[in-house]
Amino acid sequence: MTVTTVPAPSSGTYHRPPAGHRLRWSISDALTLTRRDILVWLRVPAFIVFTIIQPVMFVLLFRYVFGGSIKVSTRGGYVNFLMPGIIGQSAAFASFGTAIALAREMQRGIIDRYRSMPMARSAVLVGRLIADTVRLVVTVVVLAAVGYAVGFRFENGVVPAIAMLLLGVALGVAICCVAGWIGLLVRDEESVGSVGLIWLFPLTFVSSAFVQVHTMPGWLQAFANNQPVTIIIDEMRALALGGPLVSHGWQSALWLVGIAAVFGYLAVRAYRKP
Amino acid sequence: MSQEVIVASGLTKSFAGRGRVVEAVKGIDFAVEQGEIFGFLGPNGAGKTTTQRMLTTLLPIDAGVAQVAGCDVARLPAQVRARIGYVSQLGGADNLATGRENLMLQARLYGAAKSDARQRVGEVLAAMDIGAIADRKVKTYSGGQRRRLDVALGIVHQPEVLFLDEPSTGLDPQNRANLWDHVRRLRETGTTIFMTTHYLEEADSLCDRIMIIDHGQIVADGTPQDLKRQALGDSVLLTVGSNDQTSARQLLERADFVKEVSSDGEGLRLYVHDGKAALPDIFRLLDSQRIAVRTVSLSEPTLDDVFLAKTGRSLRDGDRPVVSEEVAA
Repeated sequence: MTVTTVPAPSSGTYHRPPAGHRLRWSISDALTLTRRDILVWLRVPAFIVFTIIQPVMFVLLFRYVFGGSIKVSTRGGYVNFLMPGIIGQSAAFASFGTAIALAREMQRGIIDRYRSMPMARSAVLVGRLIADTVRLVVTVVVLAAVGYAVGFRFENGVVPAIAMLLLGVALGVAICCVAGWIGLLVRDEESVGSVGLIWLFPLTFVSSAFVQVHTMPGWLQAFANNQPVTIIIDEMRALALGGPLVSHGWQSALWLVGIAAVFGYLAVRAYRKP
Repeated sequence: MSQEVIVASGLTKSFAGRGRVVEAVKGIDFAVEQGEIFGFLGPNGAGKTTTQRMLTTLLPIDAGVAQVAGCDVARLPAQVRARIGYVSQLGGADNLATGRENLMLQARLYGAAKSDARQRVGEVLAAMDIGAIADRKVKTYSGGQRRRLDVALGIVHQPEVLFLDEPSTGLDPQNRANLWDHVRRLRETGTTIFMTTHYLEEADSLCDRIMIIDHGQIVADGTPQDLKRQALGDSVLLTVGSNDQTSARQLLERADFVKEVSSDGEGLRLYVHDGKAALPDIFRLLDSQRIAVRTVSLSEPTLDDVFLAKTGRSLRDGDRPVVSEEVAA
């Protein structure tokens, strides 16, 4: 028997549209994965604890336990000083989920499976980033609401208040690029869980998030004053409470774009590595 | 003549590591025909997975050409991906989702409309006998159930070629046999299956054709029966009294119906063309010199004998811890 043609695909075989529609597909693939990522996040109690409950506990801890002995010159007292800082710090720590999820998908062969499929190559990372942005918006809004319940007030009007929350989300997204790169590089869920994010502690705590930098020893001030988290949190504080914006505004934007570009590129490279 | 679904020629891959270049696949040629279960047999590190990852577009090809389902792997990777299913050793199902959710996502990513996807997922769940557990999270699945879900993920889009990487690793014999039944049923629907394995039994009972690879080179290619026929023949293991060992060996080495004699533990191993016919001759010969046979056993050749004949090593040794004999000697 001679068979010379490739058998026609049966009716159940799905065909992807031609190359002209590539952008539409990339978006649809990414959104399909975004939805999946959010569903998985909602289903794992540890992820919710980490992104919602733990930040809320931090608010209560700093507001009622440590707050009494931290003196600041901010109008409205320590709670007004604290909230922009803790929103920034929580957004940065939310990147934990990104690192864990990508390491897990690499380790378990999930990403290998996607790579053998005719889907947009960008979809895994773009889908993850969109899901993380949604997550960050939830974290930031919940924290602002809890802040209001414990006495925090925006003092500078509605638009700057929204800008402050968005800046918090942007900080989170930039840090997610770094965390995502680490997750893709380490490719082991347990290692990422135990040591993959240790660098976030000095970055967020040696900053203006919880205390005024001038109360630190001089050598530490040099670091704290010039690192991106301080610059961005000072900007968030100015947006929330009023104060000079311009210089920190430019620096914040540069830092965020720089971090996202450099680590986003490194993440894509780590993802492509076979 | 049937259609060739996979054609590879001069396929080569090297990896740079620790200051030296390791040639994992050394310019191999082969073809896989439509509708067959093609087994790639070899020890760990022989180049099986590397070859499979090149064919599935997961690894760039260093040199040579490969065509899968009529498309050049290097030039039309997206076309290849649309026509193949790939089930890696790890499987790649998401533990945190249910089986049905995994399959729905898979179908949607292959571009199926929601209603088509739902129908097709129902079909593959039934085909793989995991319909009853479809709405449980994958982390609650047994090894066999999980493996069948992995295969289901690979066939959601009805691929022309399904690639399986060590599909029965970690399965107990019962689940292994069950998985084989499912794979055979897939062949009946016209799907070509390209699988890697280091299990002799799997290659022997499941595969229509086998290619044996060692150190990145193909050492044998054929149906399991052909390969075994090409091997040294049947083997006879016999023991005689320890005083007679040397004279029995000399006697048998001179006999023209014996191809080869080697010592095997306490006894002697003879390779003969046809074991059943040779047994009476062996007895007669030894009896003529008053050598009494104590025990005798006859075994037909296995794929391990083929591997041994082609490479001088046993494939089974790879599964065992290294024995200290060689160190002592």
